[in-house]
Amino acid sequence: MRLDRVKDAVVGQIRIIARHKFGIFGAGIIVFFGLVSLFAPWIAPYDVWETINTAQGKPAILKPPSLEFPMGTTMMGRDILSQMIYATRTTFLIGLVAGLISIVIGANIGLLSGYYGGKLDEAMMRFTDIIYGMPFLPFLIVLIALFGRSIWFVILAICCLVWRTSARVIRAQTLSIRQRQFIQSAKARGCSDLRIIYGHILPNIMPLLLLYTAFNIAWSVLAEAGASFLGFSDPNNLSWGGMLYELWISGKIRTAWWWFAWPSICIVLLVSSLVFISRAYEEVANPRLKQR
Amino acid sequence: MLLEIRDLRTHYQIEKGTVKAVDGVSFSIGEDEVFGLAGESGCGKSTLIRTIMRLIPDSARVTADRLSFRSQDLLSLSDKEYRERILWKEISLVPQSAMASLNPVHRVGDQIVEAILAHSRMGRREAAQRARHLFEVVGLQAGLTKSYPHEFSGGMRQRAMIAMSLALDPSLIIMDEPTTGLDVLVQERILRKLAEIRQQVKKKKAILLITHDISVIAEMSDRIGIMYAGRLMESAPALDVFNEPYHPYTLGLKNAFPSIKAMDKELISIPGSPPNLIDDLPGCVFSARCPFAIPECDVRRPEFKEIKPKHFAACIRTDRVQEFRKLAGEKETWISSRSKG
Amino acid sequence: MDILEVEGLRKYFYLDPGFLAKLVTRKKPSVIKAVDGVTFSIRAGEILGIAGESGCGKSTTCTMITKLLDPTAGVIKYKGRDITTLNKQEVRDYRKQVQIVFQDPYESLNPRFTVFDQVAEPLRALGVGDKVEVRERTLDTLELAGLVPEEYKDRYPHQMSGGERQRVGIASALVLSPELVIADEPVSMLDVSIRAGILDLIRDLSKRLHFTCIFVSHDLSILSNISERLMIMYLGKVVELGMIREVIANPLHPYAQALISAVPIPDPSYKRPRPNIKGEVSQPIDPPPGCRFHTRCPQGTMEKCELEDPPFKEIQPGHFAACHLY
Repeated sequence: MRLDRVKDAVVGQIRIIARHKFGIFGAGIIVFFGLVSLFAPWIAPYDVWETINTAQGKPAILKPPSLEFPMGTTMMGRDILSQMIYATRTTFLIGLVAGLISIVIGANIGLLSGYYGGKLDEAMMRFTDIIYGMPFLPFLIVLIALFGRSIWFVILAICCLVWRTSARVIRAQTLSIRQRQFIQSAKARGCSDLRIIYGHILPNIMPLLLLYTAFNIAWSVLAEAGASFLGFSDPNNLSWGGMLYELWISGKIRTAWWWFAWPSICIVLLVSSLVFISRAYEEVANPRLKQR
Repeated sequence: MLLEIRDLRTHYQIEKGTVKAVDGVSFSIGEDEVFGLAGESGCGKSTLIRTIMRLIPDSARVTADRLSFRSQDLLSLSDKEYRERILWKEISLVPQSAMASLNPVHRVGDQIVEAILAHSRMGRREAAQRARHLFEVVGLQAGLTKSYPHEFSGGMRQRAMIAMSLALDPSLIIMDEPTTGLDVLVQERILRKLAEIRQQVKKKKAILLITHDISVIAEMSDRIGIMYAGRLMESAPALDVFNEPYHPYTLGLKNAFPSIKAMDKELISIPGSPPNLIDDLPGCVFSARCPFAIPECDVRRPEFKEIKPKHFAACIRTDRVQEFRKLAGEKETWISSRSKG
Repeated sequence: MDILEVEGLRKYFYLDPGFLAKLVTRKKPSVIKAVDGVTFSIRAGEILGIAGESGCGKSTTCTMITKLLDPTAGVIKYKGRDITTLNKQEVRDYRKQVQIVFQDPYESLNPRFTVFDQVAEPLRALGVGDKVEVRERTLDTLELAGLVPEEYKDRYPHQMSGGERQRVGIASALVLSPELVIADEPVSMLDVSIRAGILDLIRDLSKRLHFTCIFVSHDLSILSNISERLMIMYLGKVVELGMIREVIANPLHPYAQALISAVPIPDPSYKRPRPNIKGEVSQPIDPPPGCRFHTRCPQGTMEKCELEDPPFKEIQPGHFAACHLY
């Protein structure tokens, strides 16, 4: 695959986002969260599990937001702001990695299935159907219970499920592009099947691919939040969903509104901004009028 | 004169500017005449048809010195009046792509019946009978009215569209690329049938035939108009256009057509491509590609004037046409033309 | 020397009736005999025109010659070698020698490739030459196709007109310096005033680069201008073959006679004779035995015509036809 052609495609996509008001907003939020994740150890005033004492020497339990603790504290006297900062890292990482891996899986399955057709297509699509039939969250929980609760197993579990939609969609696009005359032409000119799939078809499905990358990351974030809220997350790596879990088991969900608000708002914000970016792509992914 | 058009202009307003799709077209069609309008892609012929048939979006601006049918001014009619009095009754259309115009889930006969019901006061039974009669007129078996579009071949669909256009016995039929995409034997059949129909029916039928196929135009037309970039370059009786053309574009087109009766003829391309219709073109639209253009051609728009009786052309250099006719037959003339290849 | 020999080429497509239909009516699968016993050969350096209406099998024949489709039966010999039995590497070599120009200039170019990439791709895909050589050959071929390299190499298809795109298509076919080029309706979708330029280009380059050309078209007028020999096909079979002037002036097969008399002439004063033919063209589905044309033949059909396939033989020197009348 030619590197500069890929570069052109990516730069083109960035330009697409930049033209869309929502896209810029979404991209801004994501960049913000990304920076927070990156610089977490330097920004966070306290450790995640550090119990902080007040001036009186007692643990700062369930303190509402104040100057000292801008986001308040938990039942165990921990600073929510610091927790949020570190949790951003976990959530962001899981979302990004799981999202990217699953789009790679989905895209490849879609491309190969759509291009080769026949028995391979049948087999892959039946498998996809089976995965489709599985209720998402329950199955995710089963997988995490099976694999283990460390952060990488969580990512693995998410990857096992999230790829299914993108595989279907990309297969459909591949099928339609495969019929077009320039693919026949590529074959006649001596291009091998793999060269055609990755060199000729892939550049033409980029808008759709990036659209579903954004979706996949969004779904992964939601998946992680859902699973960790139910307690199925890495105990050593706190995520936003994990914070909500702690809140839940403390029983203080009715009273500690600040403990509930910040993780929830951030989950919504991150997922929405990914969807906003995908809106910018939707306009491109839908077939435009061919310029003649 | 059945249809009279003088200086018709259809302009579309878009973000980047004004698209002058039709920019000053004048011609008229007599009662029993076939007027062939020739032109390549983008010359504005589709817009012209749509303007006459009122199928253009509201955002388009239509102006004309005259656009009248049997002396009735068409522009002053409201949409409702136009639909009730003119559409399908006086002027009908055989559209370009029959497959796209026919609803695939309805029977072909039913679609004709619907068209009849929408534009006349006929009852359903009467309309169905007329549909069957029309099928026979165009050479299809009456029973085929019960078929669906996909069961018809390309030629049969085109005949069905012609049948539909004849439904209310109009005086003028506009045919938009009627045989494009059809095999040559099918095309031949349909054109022959059309000529037969015109001779057989009581009410005279005029035809406005629009196509890029000069051979078809040559065989069918009484008079021919040559359109380019929204304007009419030349119009004259068919024989005159071929034997004594005046406009350089016509001269160029003549050399671009192969013919099995002239296999030794050297074909010559016209280098360059048509101008962008958004751009301001103060002079002659063809000047950029014209091998005979002089600086004045770029700034002064030539008048579409009558050079000989019934023979019009838009060119300021018609005085040197004898010379140009000779030069146009030579390849070098067009290669050294001002535009890029 | 015959660069290509086609013998008894067949391509059948089978239509499976539905599962239920098979069960209930015991209907056998329908067969579309798109190409049904085509035999001809091409001399090196000539331009052979193939004419026929839709469904005659001309495009399918070309698809098999370029190995984009496998034949059901028959032999295609390129320079004496049967191409249906090539291994992977041999197919790659074959592609360096036999290329095709497609019909639709708006669909045959990859919208994401620049002109340079489009034309260089065959060289890269087949591993011909290093980076420098690829660049040189690509730019040279662009120039040959009438496109100024500096101006066009970085353009995208949507920035070009139909004629320019078709030149790019031609360049991408010629960059490998093939010896046989198939042009499948290369000018049908172009404006009339540009066609002559492309026809000239093909004619000119075939002489300069010494390649043989198969020119497929439904338009006899175009073929009469560019090809040297003409082959007419009908419903999967070859009905006539000969020098183009001969065939057009003196067609032997009734179908050829009808076809030629149906061609419109750009001359209002010319009165064309009426083509002598009955019925509508049919699809080559489950064709009955005998001559494919007998249901439409204006000449009285003999019993033979309904039972036996007419042999394709030389009626006059260099002029072949498949008809029981001869």
